[in-house]
Amino acid sequence: MSFAPDVSHFLSGMILLLSFAMLYQDRLPPLLNIFIAQSLVLALSITWQAYNQNEPQLLITAAIEFGVKAVLIPFVLYTLIRRLKIHRTVETVVGIGPSMIAGMALVGLSMALILREHAAIGGTAREDLAFALSVLLLGLLMMVTRRNAVSQVIGFMAIENSLVLAATGAKGMPFVVETCVAFSALVALIVIGVFLFRIRERFDSVDVSILDHFRGEQP
Amino acid sequence: MIVLLLILQVLLVVALAPLVTGVVRKTKARLMRRRGPSLIQPYRDLARLLRKEPVVAHNASILFTAAPTFIFAATWTAAALVPTFFLNTELGVAADFITVVGILAAARFALALAGLDVGTAFGGLGASREMMIASVAEPAMLMLIFSLALVGGTTRLPDLALFVQSPTLGLHISLMLAFLGLAMIAVAENGRIPVDNAATHLELTMVHEAMVLEYSGRHLALIELAQSTKLLLYISLIAAVFVPWGSAPAGSDGLHYLFGFAFYLAKLAVGAVALGVFEVTIAKLRVFRVPQFIGVALMLGLLAALLRLVSQGL
Repeated sequence: MSFAPDVSHFLSGMILLLSFAMLYQDRLPPLLNIFIAQSLVLALSITWQAYNQNEPQLLITAAIEFGVKAVLIPFVLYTLIRRLKIHRTVETVVGIGPSMIAGMALVGLSMALILREHAAIGGTAREDLAFALSVLLLGLLMMVTRRNAVSQVIGFMAIENSLVLAATGAKGMPFVVETCVAFSALVALIVIGVFLFRIRERFDSVDVSILDHFRGEQP
Repeated sequence: MIVLLLILQVLLVVALAPLVTGVVRKTKARLMRRRGPSLIQPYRDLARLLRKEPVVAHNASILFTAAPTFIFAATWTAAALVPTFFLNTELGVAADFITVVGILAAARFALALAGLDVGTAFGGLGASREMMIASVAEPAMLMLIFSLALVGGTTRLPDLALFVQSPTLGLHISLMLAFLGLAMIAVAENGRIPVDNAATHLELTMVHEAMVLEYSGRHLALIELAQSTKLLLYISLIAAVFVPWGSAPAGSDGLHYLFGFAFYLAKLAVGAVALGVFEVTIAKLRVFRVPQFIGVALMLGLLAALLRLVSQGL
């Protein structure tokens, strides 16, 4: 039994665990801190993959991941939270218990899917794909269950994290794809930032359930 | 030789237990910039309580007076089964994780009954809350044990320790998840801060202290000692399963046992200080959020079992 797959497995598991921690957390600043932690672990995981697969360009991906996801985006979101004055609000979500159970079911689903369908793929790529799919589904779950637009953004960023995890786990993913994913996240951040202020200007809140009424979905 | 060691361990767990409680209290006091009571204060408290006359309510049944002895005996038995400074493989099937949990559940049952016995409001309230916590904590604990059993292939504590000690084992995500879950359960079971506050008798949300409010004198001494022993048990349990390094294997020589003993004391100290630091840095949860807190431990157990299935290929 070699040491290498253990480490990458461990780091991916940490990322998945932090996704669950995000689902559990209902206040915005701690949520952001958990997101920072997830991005840091992801950067570590990419660095490990760079060393393990002997592909030094992955180090650039790790640096981008660290700079953008662990420093820049959290900083912008944190100033956003401060300026919107919502850093003390406690979110009323669907309920931590049910969303946790749904999360477990999603993890089970993605494990069953990847492990059965791709039994032929050897090495860590298969497990990394399973982890990435779980993190992606958990991010989606977070976007669905939260009503606050900022936590939906964090859910979206977690999905981006899962894409990077999947991309680095698989061997031979072109470097262009990874940089594109990173920059798409940045562009999304800018668009979302503008969008948030527009919602806020119009409705005096970033609770997206108000939008339902505006669209005429509720009487 | 081995019989002597086993007897030594049985005496040791009860002799060290108040000291561990003292270290936790001292750590908390120092972090709050108080001087705090001395480390041996819990021993003095026990001595004092043993000298005092127990006051028993008129309508108390035999259960009320018998419960402290039973609770202490059960907790002591459970604590003696957990490996401490050496791996007690000679105990055979007795040193089993599920056995320990079962004995502790019996002690909890007796405590809840004793709380209800006199019929005061606080006792009943405490008992009902204790059962609410137990009804979530025990499944979570069993789930964690099952995930550990999936990883290690056994539920016997010395064998689990041997498995974790083996050099072929690398970083294992399932073990880390189980560790986190078990630490959360330990905090909840010992009535520590996010779940219950062990340092107050004045809170409406108290659980353990509400149940033992009617006890005094030697009865209270037994219950306090049982509580300290339970704390030591959980620290030893976590140390034995997740950081078994340093424990003397069965059939080694005297020097190994001395080393094991030193390591064991260090582990206890680290555990007690870590608990104190954790308690100071966190706020108490509302009682009705406690099942959520323990639910996370249950989820960690499930996740550990799931991830174990993923890493089966490794």
